[in-house]
Amino acid sequence: MMDGYEVLFFFEVLVGGLLAGLMYSLVAIGFVLIYKTSGVLNFAQGAMLLFAALTFVSLVNYGAPFLLAFAATFAIMIGLGFAIERTVLRPLVNRPPITLFMATLGLAYVIEGAAQLLWGTQVRRLDLGISDKPMEIAGLLISSFDLVAAAVAFGLVAALGAFFTRTRIGLAFRAVADDQFAALAVGLRLPRIWATVWAAAGFVALVAGLLWGARLGVQFSLSIIVLKALPVLLLGGFDSILGAVVGGLIIGASEKLAEVYLGPYVGGGIESWFAYVVALLFLLARPSGLFGQKIVERV
Amino acid sequence: MTTILALPETSRRILPRPSAALIWSALVLAVAYVAVPLFASRYVIEALLLPFLALSLAAVGLNLLTGYAGQLSLGSAAFMAVGAFAAYNFNLRLGFLPLPVSFVLAGLTAALVGVVFGLPSLRLRGFYLAVSTLAAQFFVQWALSKFGWFSNNNPSGVISVPKLQLAGFSLDTPTGRYLFSLTIVTLLSFFVWRLTRSASGRAFLAVRDGETAAKAIGVPVPQTKLLAFAVSSFVIGVAGALWAFTYLRTVEPAGFNLDRSFQILFMIIIGGLATIRGAFLGAAFIVVFPLLLARAGAFLLGGIFDSGVLDMTQRIVIGALVILFLIAEPKGLAALFDRIGARLSATAARLIGSSSPSPRS
Repeated sequence: MMDGYEVLFFFEVLVGGLLAGLMYSLVAIGFVLIYKTSGVLNFAQGAMLLFAALTFVSLVNYGAPFLLAFAATFAIMIGLGFAIERTVLRPLVNRPPITLFMATLGLAYVIEGAAQLLWGTQVRRLDLGISDKPMEIAGLLISSFDLVAAAVAFGLVAALGAFFTRTRIGLAFRAVADDQFAALAVGLRLPRIWATVWAAAGFVALVAGLLWGARLGVQFSLSIIVLKALPVLLLGGFDSILGAVVGGLIIGASEKLAEVYLGPYVGGGIESWFAYVVALLFLLARPSGLFGQKIVERV
Repeated sequence: MTTILALPETSRRILPRPSAALIWSALVLAVAYVAVPLFASRYVIEALLLPFLALSLAAVGLNLLTGYAGQLSLGSAAFMAVGAFAAYNFNLRLGFLPLPVSFVLAGLTAALVGVVFGLPSLRLRGFYLAVSTLAAQFFVQWALSKFGWFSNNNPSGVISVPKLQLAGFSLDTPTGRYLFSLTIVTLLSFFVWRLTRSASGRAFLAVRDGETAAKAIGVPVPQTKLLAFAVSSFVIGVAGALWAFTYLRTVEPAGFNLDRSFQILFMIIIGGLATIRGAFLGAAFIVVFPLLLARAGAFLLGGIFDSGVLDMTQRIVIGALVILFLIAEPKGLAALFDRIGARLSATAARLIGSSSPSPRS
């Protein structure tokens, strides 16, 4: 059967896949935040990620120190969140979720175009000072960059978890997610909460954008990372942060394993669709994903 | 509605609804069949009308699925690709078949693929379904470029279609290709229009407006959904074949990418969901608008308005328009034109009404 080297190689692929999956989770968490509180699948999340990364890199290139650039970009993302609430979400209040989804498609086009019109289309290098060299842990070669990214992902999940359960505004988010009308009735101000949620999603986009940008270079293809995050959401459920993490792990691992062990038989390049097939197979058994809320039908 | 009811009697006689639609269709067809071949330049036909016709048909197909049956699809370009490559292969490998037969077979192939990728709709709803249609988009594009058989072993997956011929006659002029395309688009649009007014069409609407309610009144929901996927994919597949055979002549899988799928979706949002006219209006807008923007940009900004800036500006404006239409005119250009028409005929009626009675004397 498998000799020692092959077993080791298998685990290396597996761990590499799990860590890569957490990078997907980072993007997926931004979607979950917005979906949980407003029932909208925000297709513009990838464009926001691109916008954040491009803004950050441009500021750094102009000579801003890391922290200042980070703070300034975060401030811009907050402004963007409030602007989106004002111009897109508020006029579309009480419209079917699918309309809002199509609006976010349009929004993605606007943000992508604006980001590149403002900051240019060339690929920018982003150096976060984390080495991407593999190091040996328990006999496995693992990229230290991947480990840092994984730590950031878990840190973000922990922070969001604490935020949702320990703070007043987190509680308000959950109230809105639970029942919009009831939340309104007890005096929560929906517009402000939505704007805050979009700002929070902007923060997640910034963090994910920096890590992905450091890995791939900051360029247009960053906004296509949405397409990698969507199967993760299908699998984990659109409204579960835990689902985004577990979904990311499953998608990442199965994608890498399939690429290595299945790819050669079909000519490679299967990573563009394999994740979707995995997610669809899961969905046939559980139509709301692993951790998604069950849909209750009322007539 | 109330404004129309409040109109004077005359305006209702001027534009009775069913015959007005008939007159308009006849008028448009007369212009399309007679005036365009006589007067349109080669540029207008090749750069505007041919892509417009193919994309309109694709939009009609998507509108059937999304506008009428309520199943959002983000993979339309994949079915266009299936249609284009299937028509190419039927034509290449079964050369004795007349071209229209190859097109029908290509449509049926797309319908089959559509049903397969529509199967998740039996289990999934809403966003889960919309996202799963992306699987079709990526899988089809991958398969077409990965397996050489589809493109007759062209190393980069590119296909070049043969010259257009029908029953021994060559249609290889811009006008010939235009008339061929126009005829197919007219026939299929008429077919879709009839379908939306049949029992199946009403079943589509019932499923869109409330699946559980539809089930309760005895609509066979799974069959209805799969039928919508099949017919929609058939129409979009034929549109893809037209795109390849009459417009571009040389196509590659990468030309049927996600941006193309979004483009078709934007057409039906801007044109108007669940109307046939809307698909045509939306397609016309999406085809003409970039050209106008390029002209306007070059005129106003001159040198700085290069192709990169143009591309970004287009993205911004199209995206903003989609949002604007969703907010201000969710029923799209079709409803906008209806309103303008109603206002014009009201004004006309008022003018006639105020001038025809004999002068005060």
